Amino acid sequence: MFRCQQKPGQFYEKDISGCAVAAIMDTSGKVFGGQAIIDSIETQHERSNGLGGGFAAYGIYPELADFYAFHIMFEDDQAAKDTEKYLYRDFVLERKEVIPHRHDAGIKKHPLLRRYFVLPRPIEEKTPDRVFENLSDDELVFRAVMHINKDVTGAYVFSCGKNMGVFKGVGYPEDIGRFYKLEEYQAYTWISHGRFPTNSAGWWGGAHPFSLLNWAVVHNGEISSYGKNKRYLENFDYQCTLFTDTEVIAYIFDLLVRRHGLSLEMAAKVVAAPFWDEIARMPQEQKELATLLRATYAGALLNGPFGVIIGFDGGMMGINDRIKLRPLVAAKKGDFVYMASEESAIRAISPQLDEVWSPKGGEPVLALLKNKTPAYASVR
Amino acid sequence: MALNTQESEFQIIRDEDKCIACKVCVRQCANDAHVYDVDDERVHSQDVKCVNCHRCVSVCPTKALAIKKAPLEFRENTNWTSSAIKNIIKQADTGGVVLVGMGFDQSKAIYWDKILLNAAQVTNPSIDPLREPMELKTLIGKKPDRVKFERVDGKLHAKTKLSPQLELATPIMFSAMSYGSISLNAQKSLARAACEAGTYWNTGEGGLHKDLREYAHRAIVQVASGRFGVNAEYLNSAAAVEIKIGQGAKPGIGGHLPGEKVSREISRTRMIPEGTDAISPAPHHDIYSIEDLKQLIYGIKEATRYKKPVFVKIAAVHNVAPIASGIVRAGADAVVLDGLLGGTGAAPAAIRNNVGIPIELAVSAVDTRLREEGIRNQASIIAAGGFRSSGDITKAIALGADAVYIGTSALISLGCHVCQKCYTGKCNWGIATQDPYLTKRLNPDIGNRRAANLIRGWSMEIKEMLGGMGINAIDSLRGNREHLRGINMYEHELEILGIKAAGMAW
Amino acid sequence: MKRIWINEEYCIGCRLCEVHCIVAHSKSKKILKAFKDEAVRACAAVSVEEHGYISFALQCRHCKDAPCLAACMTGAMSRDPNTGAVLHDEEKCVGCWMCVMVCPFGVTKPDHGKHKIASKCDLCDGKPACVEHCPNEALVYEDRDETSGK
Repeated sequence: MFRCQQKPGQFYEKDISGCAVAAIMDTSGKVFGGQAIIDSIETQHERSNGLGGGFAAYGIYPELADFYAFHIMFEDDQAAKDTEKYLYRDFVLERKEVIPHRHDAGIKKHPLLRRYFVLPRPIEEKTPDRVFENLSDDELVFRAVMHINKDVTGAYVFSCGKNMGVFKGVGYPEDIGRFYKLEEYQAYTWISHGRFPTNSAGWWGGAHPFSLLNWAVVHNGEISSYGKNKRYLENFDYQCTLFTDTEVIAYIFDLLVRRHGLSLEMAAKVVAAPFWDEIARMPQEQKELATLLRATYAGALLNGPFGVIIGFDGGMMGINDRIKLRPLVAAKKGDFVYMASEESAIRAISPQLDEVWSPKGGEPVLALLKNKTPAYASVR
Repeated sequence: MALNTQESEFQIIRDEDKCIACKVCVRQCANDAHVYDVDDERVHSQDVKCVNCHRCVSVCPTKALAIKKAPLEFRENTNWTSSAIKNIIKQADTGGVVLVGMGFDQSKAIYWDKILLNAAQVTNPSIDPLREPMELKTLIGKKPDRVKFERVDGKLHAKTKLSPQLELATPIMFSAMSYGSISLNAQKSLARAACEAGTYWNTGEGGLHKDLREYAHRAIVQVASGRFGVNAEYLNSAAAVEIKIGQGAKPGIGGHLPGEKVSREISRTRMIPEGTDAISPAPHHDIYSIEDLKQLIYGIKEATRYKKPVFVKIAAVHNVAPIASGIVRAGADAVVLDGLLGGTGAAPAAIRNNVGIPIELAVSAVDTRLREEGIRNQASIIAAGGFRSSGDITKAIALGADAVYIGTSALISLGCHVCQKCYTGKCNWGIATQDPYLTKRLNPDIGNRRAANLIRGWSMEIKEMLGGMGINAIDSLRGNREHLRGINMYEHELEILGIKAAGMAW
Repeated sequence: MKRIWINEEYCIGCRLCEVHCIVAHSKSKKILKAFKDEAVRACAAVSVEEHGYISFALQCRHCKDAPCLAACMTGAMSRDPNTGAVLHDEEKCVGCWMCVMVCPFGVTKPDHGKHKIASKCDLCDGKPACVEHCPNEALVYEDRDETSGK
């Protein structure tokens, strides 16, 4: 029997993530199929060990763009029933269906995979979560996901954003891509990941990307500051239930950008903060701001090697730790922006490139939609 | 005269083959344990006067001297230990309170020795501090919850302002040791070493001597229950102000300066009569409750125009967590926790040995409680009380401290051998004395060099340990209990410390 | 020219300078032999003056305008061209003790037994033993501006 959720109290081992990431974005906003990203990640086959793979895609549900698309995996029917009872209490259902998949992609076993397009019930209906607090829709969804993942046995929400979705499981990423029939979807951003976990059994929930609302994070690395980040986030009600480093990365960005209103670039300067030596050499105003950010957000500093790609509504960002202990290559061709752990993964799908470079440690690579300013591109 | 049953604690062993009767030991022992006999032209020992400070051993040019425990033994008795018996004899002789110097010396509860650190391997490379940046820089003070921005003329500006902070190059500071308990030369040595090492020193409750004003910009001045030397100039010349409510060596009572150590200079600096005991009041007589403390904190902030961080120092006791929470909510920029093993120049033995809790438990409890209440960023935590090595300091930071204060270790770097007789005023090393014959012995040039060496050596070791864990900024170790494991501990001890048992993975 | 200077604030009156001066001028240069075996013990050229808790080590100042140099009848007193020290040659000394009388610091002492002067600081050929062994760095060997009054 596979597991798609680990419960606290079990003798668990933290996932140490490896090892391959790839991303493609068309900044003009034109959507394209998933075959390219599958090919890109398949080039990096040797970096994984078949115990996890996954994808995130943005712009895939244009007719249902206003609804939150909950992708949920269930161990059994009872889990599905329990979840639906809770879901329908607080949300209005627009559509529910099985997530399409094929059975000849090399994936032997899998949990029940369903997607629900929902909206929170209007405030007048006075659902329990809204009675005592004036919660925004996003906050409501955030709470619902935390609750299902922590408290409902055998259920795990693996994405809940609008007009985007995560597709992941146990298997090589190219097999997972074929399993979910990704070649049939059309998205403007595709992000993918292949895993090399060091604990024995892979579990479906542990694959990357890790997603919260419209954020999707893929991560190659190990966060030595995990213990510190986890305790810092607990102050803000983020429950780290998945025992992965990736979780804290997603929550930190959600906290800094969505809740506290920092721009993405500033958030990058928090998680991969400049060294004090560099700050000392900055002009006065910059120095004050850098010191203020480091002092306030010391709990959000990510230490340890990482190569991370974060997707969000309207763009994506790639970033390395400040001493670049993991590879990350970026490239441009016309309106396309590519990122991957290895240049070969980019060349495999676009042999001709206008520009290709290796971003410096701590310097973010930001790709944004040209015609639409995404919500998190600048401070509100 | 009745029989005196107090026996020698120590025995001076003199190798007669090596003794050249140069009489340096005679001249250097303030306790007159060595005497020169003109008739037989030899130096003799008076063992009963020896306090085992090792001064004579160090100065002897032929290394002819050694000090051993006196061979007199009591019958083995786990309840009636030799120290229990001797203390009773002392009290029967004098009828007074038995005074002791330095920290509790028979603790069975030292948790540093039961806590182990981590190292990164294979999945995460360790970092080499000699070749890569390794940041120990620490800011002490109140931090905001978040940074708010506003757009002015199209440019983003931070609206949030950072409160005044102390900037430390390393998370180690010199603890409060008053002018009175230690000599001016000792304070000068520490003050200069603090300036050199990019850290801070603490004046203790004895005021700030005029010769030390040039180092005031790196001084934390104390406002203790005796309020010695406290005026506007004192507060404004310093880098930070520390309200001392209690200290780890003697929770619940005030500072002790025996009359033997109140010289003319001390009398002038503290404004008390020469030769009288300076026993500070147990509480501050204007702080009987938490709201009174808030009043004093803000009074000091007003007096210093909100330009200096204000710390509050408390002893680690049973309710240290809620007390610390109250202190933070009362406006303090840092909470200083002083544990059971904290040192002192003079304290009643009964209080030093029995009152208070270990600093390891206090730091964990306070850090956890402040986080639970969502106020951890509003004040820094400074830990004190018996830090012996860089290992202890690294573990303290992993438990949640922002920085540590070192007292005894700083004095050992100046020459102290922990003979624990500070209250006699006869410190042979020129540290815990005001006797001008003795204070000369501490040359601040040498003292400065040695104390700065200690900080440098320890800082390098902390960098190695950080790098070993795959961390290159101390911010990522602070409160990161995942890098600690406990050994030989009960489950509830592991729970209070918030760490797992050795052998368990993530 | 380098001279020995004393910082009396930090002289602790231990007299280890005297002990090591004796060793440096002994036959064996070894402390145990010098004190226990040698029949005639050298005399220390440095001596610690004390008054209350104030103490300082005093030795020959090797004055620029040395009165002892002028007063010496036999030329036993001479100037070392390298260190600038005023040196005493025992062979040439006849024990007239004029140097003892004229020395403004009183650092030359008569030796009643040998009818010569007891000892005189020779700066140990540029590596003064008293400076090296002062446990509190109160004695220093350095070049100071002699007119500044330090």
